[in-house]
This record gives sequence, C-alpha cells and structure tokens, in this order.
Amino acid sequence: MKFNKEGRYHKLDAVIVGAGLAGLRAALEIAKTGKRVAIVTKVYPTRSHSGAAQGGIAAALGNVADDSLEMHMFDTIKGSDYLGDQDIIEFFVNEARKTVYELENMGVPFSRTEDGKINQRPFGGHQSPRACFSADITGHVLLHTLYEQCVRHKVLFFNEFQVFSLLIKNNIANGVVAWDIRHGGFHTFHAKAVLLATGGYGRAFEITSNAHANTGDSLALILENGLPLEDMEFVQFHPTGVYKHGILLSEACRGEGGYLTNGKGERFMENYAKDKMELAPRDVVSRSEQTEINQGRGIDGKDYVYLDMRHLGSKKILDRLPQVRELALNYLKVDMITDPVPIQPTAHYSMGGIPANINTEVILDAKGTVVRGLYAAGEAACLSLHGGNRLGTNSLQDAATFGRVAGQSISKFIAESPIEELSQNHLDNANGKVSALRDGKGKERHSEIREELQKNMTKLVGVFRKEEDMLKLKSIIKGLQERFKDVSIDDKGDVYNMDLFEAFEVGNLLEFSEVMVEGAIARKESRGAHFRTDFPKRDDEKWMKHTLAWKTKDGVKLDFSKEVVTYMDRFPPIERKY
Amino acid sequence: MAKEKRNIKILRYNPKTDKKPHWKSYNLELDSELTILDVLNEIHWKIDGSLAYRRSCRSAICGSCAMKINGQNLLACETPMHKFKGTIKIEPLPGFPILKDLVVDMDGFFKKIERVKPYLILDKPTPIKEFIQTPEEFDNIREAATCILCGACTSSCPSLWANEDYLGPAALLKSYRFIFDTRDDGSVDRIDIVNDKNGIWRCHTIFNCMEACPKNIKITEYLSKLKVKVLENTI
Repeated sequence: MKFNKEGRYHKLDAVIVGAGLAGLRAALEIAKTGKRVAIVTKVYPTRSHSGAAQGGIAAALGNVADDSLEMHMFDTIKGSDYLGDQDIIEFFVNEARKTVYELENMGVPFSRTEDGKINQRPFGGHQSPRACFSADITGHVLLHTLYEQCVRHKVLFFNEFQVFSLLIKNNIANGVVAWDIRHGGFHTFHAKAVLLATGGYGRAFEITSNAHANTGDSLALILENGLPLEDMEFVQFHPTGVYKHGILLSEACRGEGGYLTNGKGERFMENYAKDKMELAPRDVVSRSEQTEINQGRGIDGKDYVYLDMRHLGSKKILDRLPQVRELALNYLKVDMITDPVPIQPTAHYSMGGIPANINTEVILDAKGTVVRGLYAAGEAACLSLHGGNRLGTNSLQDAATFGRVAGQSISKFIAESPIEELSQNHLDNANGKVSALRDGKGKERHSEIREELQKNMTKLVGVFRKEEDMLKLKSIIKGLQERFKDVSIDDKGDVYNMDLFEAFEVGNLLEFSEVMVEGAIARKESRGAHFRTDFPKRDDEKWMKHTLAWKTKDGVKLDFSKEVVTYMDRFPPIERKY
Repeated sequence: MAKEKRNIKILRYNPKTDKKPHWKSYNLELDSELTILDVLNEIHWKIDGSLAYRRSCRSAICGSCAMKINGQNLLACETPMHKFKGTIKIEPLPGFPILKDLVVDMDGFFKKIERVKPYLILDKPTPIKEFIQTPEEFDNIREAATCILCGACTSSCPSLWANEDYLGPAALLKSYRFIFDTRDDGSVDRIDIVNDKNGIWRCHTIFNCMEACPKNIKITEYLSKLKVKVLENTI
C-alpha cells in the first residue's frame, strides 16, 4: 500500500517528544513566553505513565515533621549509592520546594494536614516524611493539572504520533519525523530545539510496572545518531509488584505502615535493614525479597511474598490508599483490609538514560560537549540525579523540576538561535524504517521476539546478576536482533496500525537492551540497583564513575572517564546501611 | 495455570475496506487468570496483528482501554475474563465515531472538557507557599479529581445519545472539580458555561454514568450538587 512519502510539515520554535510530567512542564514554560511549541506523543497526554505514580512528590517542606534541604540531599546521595552527581542533587533539592508550591498554586489537589497545608507521608530511604501526596493518585493529579495548564496556554498537541526519526544536522538538532498513527503518513516537525521526554523503558522486562508505551524509543534514536547513553545498567526493581502482573502497589503502602512477610510469617526485613525495615530503599528491599524467595521462604515456597496491610485498619486504607486497594481486588481478588497481598519485585525505573547536563542539554562525551538544540528530561534522561538507585517520590520531582529547567533552557536557546535548515533527505530514515516493516517478506513476528527478550532480561539481568548469565543474554539479544531483520507485520494499512508501531518499538527495545547488558557486564562491582553476585561489594576505588555507551558497527563501545561529582568534604562515600 | 476454551467476539471495522462494523469470532484456549486486555493482546500478537485497540498503563489509571464488554462499559485492563461465563463480546465505546476496530475518536470528548475551562483561575496573587485548604475542602474535590477521562460515563449517557452537543458527565464532573475547589476564582464563568442549554440541565439523573464509572466516582451525586450550586448563583 502507498503512503505519502512527502509528508506534512510544521515549523516550530520547539518540539517536545512525550507528554508526561517532564514534557508538559517544559511545554508550559515555553508556551508562557509566547513561543510556538508542539508536543508529539504516542498516546493522549493524560494517558502518559507519569499518571501511574501513586505515592507522592518529594520536597522538604517540613509540614508534618522537621526536615531540611541538607537531609533531602544526604538521603538522595546515600540512596544513589554515591553514584549520583552531587552538584545536580544539590540543585534539585534546592528547587524541589518551589516546584511543589508552584504545582499547588497551579491547581494540583493535594491531601491536606489539619492546618490546611500540603500533607506529607514517609517513604523509603527518606529520613523525614517528605512525600507530598494526593491520596494515592499523586502522579495522576499532577499530570492532569499540567495538561490542563498546557491547554490553557495553547501548547500544540499532536496526539498519537510515533516519532521514527530524530533529525540532527551539523551537530544541531532541528526536528523529528513522526508517523500519524490515526491516519498514517509522516509529519516533519522542524524546530530550533528538540526535547526528548519519552519516560521510562521497563518494557524490556517481562515483569514490569511500566505501561505498554514505555519502550524507550528516544534512547534508540540517540544510539542511531551515534550519541551515547549513560549508566544504562542501573534499573530499579520495585519491591511491591502485583504477583505475575508486575503492576505497582505503591510504596505508600509501606509508607503508611505496611509489613512484608515471608512464608514463615516473619517480617523478614529485620534481617536485612534492622533500622528502616520495610522503609529501606527499593533496591535493598527487592534484594531482600528475592533472597527470601531464592532460599525457599516465599509463600508456600513459591516466588512471591506478602504485603500485609491488615493491621492498619479499613479506615486508613480507604482514606489513604483507595485505588491501591481496588487494584489488589481487581487483579488478585484480594482485599488488603482482610488479607495479605501476594507481591514480587518488578522492573520499575531506569536511573540511566540520555546523558544531559544541569541545563538538560544533551551531551555527547565524557567532557560534556553539548549537542546544540537537543535536550532530555525526566526518566529518559540521566543527569545523573538518581545515581545507582532512585528514592521513591524523587522521580515526580525530577520530572517536574527538570521539565521546568528544560523549558527555561530551551526558551533561552530559541531566543538567540536561528533554525537549522532541514536536509534534503530528512524523510529517508523514517521512510526506510516503515517500508522495511510493512514491505518485509520475512516470517518473524515482532511479539515473539519481544517476549523472548523480556523473559530473558528478567531472568538474566534482574535483581541479581552474574557474568555467566549476562554473557548468555548478550548472545540471545544478538540472535534476536538478527531475527528482527526478518520481521513482517500483518497490518499493511494506514489507519491505526498498531502492528507497525509495536514492531518499531521492539526494534528499539533490542537496541538499548544490548547497551544495558554490556554496561552490566563491564561494571564489576555492586552498587545501588546493580547487584553482581560475582562482585558483591561496592568498589569506590575503581567505580566512582559513570558508564557512557555508544553503539558502533563493531558493537557497544564503553567509556568510564566521566567521574562522579562528589563533595568529599560534605558527603564522602560511606557504607550504605539502613 | 488452568486453561479454558472461550469464544471471543470482537466488533471489527476497517474504514478503508468495510462499509460497516461486523462481528468476528475467535475460539481460543486461554489461561483463566487473564484480563480482557490480555485476551486482546493474545489475539493481536498471535493471531491477527491488524486488530486495533488502545491500551497503555495496565493498572486502571491511564484511561485508554475503556470499551464495551458484554454490554457494560469497562476498562479492559482491570476486567478479569472470569467475570463472564461463555462468550465474551467486545465492542468500541458507544456514542463515539469508530476510527478502527475498538479505537474511537475522542477528540470531541476532550474538546468538551476544554469548554468548561478545566484549570484553576485566580484573581488573587499566589501565596509564597501553598494555598491553605482544609482536609474537608480537599475531600469535596478528591473523588472528582480521580477521573481518568476514559469516557465510559459519557458514552453511557442517554441524554448524550439524544443530543451530541450536551457536555456530558465527564466534562460536567471536571467543572465540578474546579467550581468546588476553594482556591478557584473562575466559577462565575464556569457556572455560565454549565448553565447553558447544552449543560447541566440535560442531566436527567439517570445514573448510567455512575454505574459505568470504573473509578466508582459518584458522578450523578456531584452533578446534583452542581445543579444546586448553579441555582444558588443564578436565581
């Protein structure tokens, strides 16, 4: 079937890929200056996965207990297992309070304290109750509020458009080419600046909390353009995924006082984190759970443990966690008011991503050389704020704060920069990809390749890792990449061709998964969420540095010359105990 | 995992090749623990890649996968297959134009949301920190703010079937969420909008919306409160 090879054309000041918290916050900032900004998104903006965040957004407001910026900074650094860049973390905690007040002033409905302030609850790895929350739908209300503000400020939305190609010419980003999912055909979004805010990429794993849309498309586009990714081996596994489904039961369950118990009915966290118990950071709790399971102390010896909320009583559960309760009821037929809920670790958050500096400008090497006009923010980016492990509620804060920073940086850039002209052949790359998939004569189904990848990623580069497994995985991925060349799709049409965009997404998963695995093989230490059973200790002598990884025709090229920014006098690395 | 044989009927429609929607039947052996979304994935991934539907979060918060399943508007992702016995019939949300298969055009739905000025409007300067709002004041808007804009309510409303210009329950609920927000100063305008001939008075308290809501929001009750508010402010 024919499709329009010329495509439609839009000239803009800025184009943003992704309509989650980071993308919307950036768009709002740019639109307020009167500039022409478009968001290109695979899903309707309110469908973005920021909306699934339940528990809260971190800021040291001190509304319910003493708190300070210094404490928030220390907790984030320790949580990151000393891989987070401390200049970024310092900036982040300084901005966090302003970000929350600003969001509240825009209309976000927050739960309140008795004296009418924003309410806050405890969360893993934070010393003080710092999670500003709206019952258990914090991400949802943030997402909707920002979307509504963007509508008000006339941001242009291109909903259900899949970006197939990132345009960079003379080391200057000048747009994207996207496929119109509803009608078919390409649109070129020609702009002075491009922001990549495509969120997480947990769909590389079988058991994941992530949405179907979280396929890391922009990461694959970065690799394709010869640019690096950073710290890709650091993937957070969340301790309370719904058994078998992987969808999330908020950490707020433990924040509100929930227990984790094993097959013997013991609160096993006592053996792993005596002080913080269930409120140790996620990497610690997931490893503890997996250890219980691996040593036969799962429930009935199976691969799950319990989240027990019963002692909290129905009033607190219904008031603070109504949606979470519904989830357990619908997916497992378990009412957490009367019964414990089966849970298991689930791939949740990616600390790594597209390397960017404190202004969210994308960088192309360890020295920090920027790609002009190209920006990244939110989970797709790696600044590196979260280092080896992110603390709960720091991600919404990250997306909102650095979304605003991206908006400010881009506004400044577009005010002083001309638009870089498009190349004559700017549509070729995207056309080639669509043609290969639609006209392919091969016999492979993309869904089979994806399932094989996901199954093996969860099994071989999950909570616990070792070289032997990962070498095996590396060759499995190579094989899947070969098979992917023979993918053809059933749907040859233009209108809402899911088959086409899903096939493209599988190709993207294969590209960045390879980089994840190579990074995990090379990093011979255990830090944060990256745990090697063959190198179980953190090695600060050798590994206080970030991983940069490029795809080359000879495979993945790694560079470890980007040092972690550490304030040795204030926050020297110490052993991480909870 | 226990397997069971199931007949799944899906209302298919491709605008390029079909004059009108038609039922297609699939006989499958399925794990009994699957959700309706899992069943659609199974068909789409393994049997016919051209089947189209919307889905994303899998956890009943993104609002993508509202559809009509055995006569009820439900979210496919949170609806277990075992909720039904025998054949399962899946159709697109009624009341919206079908784009393809189970995918409907929701642009009109979102335009109606935009009509009620769905954002906080302030006449006063913003405070240095947060606005003060009591827990009770927050509770008044909390449920309404839970709305995921899935369209299940609006699609189930007979008043809307009779008049497609009617704002419908989702947009009215959105107006409620702002009109009853103690921080907002824009209600005079908003009350005018919902007091329009296509506004709140077309709600005949039929309760379909409330039954359809996957988030169990008491929509009809909130719309009744909205009616009282409109009367108080206009008489």
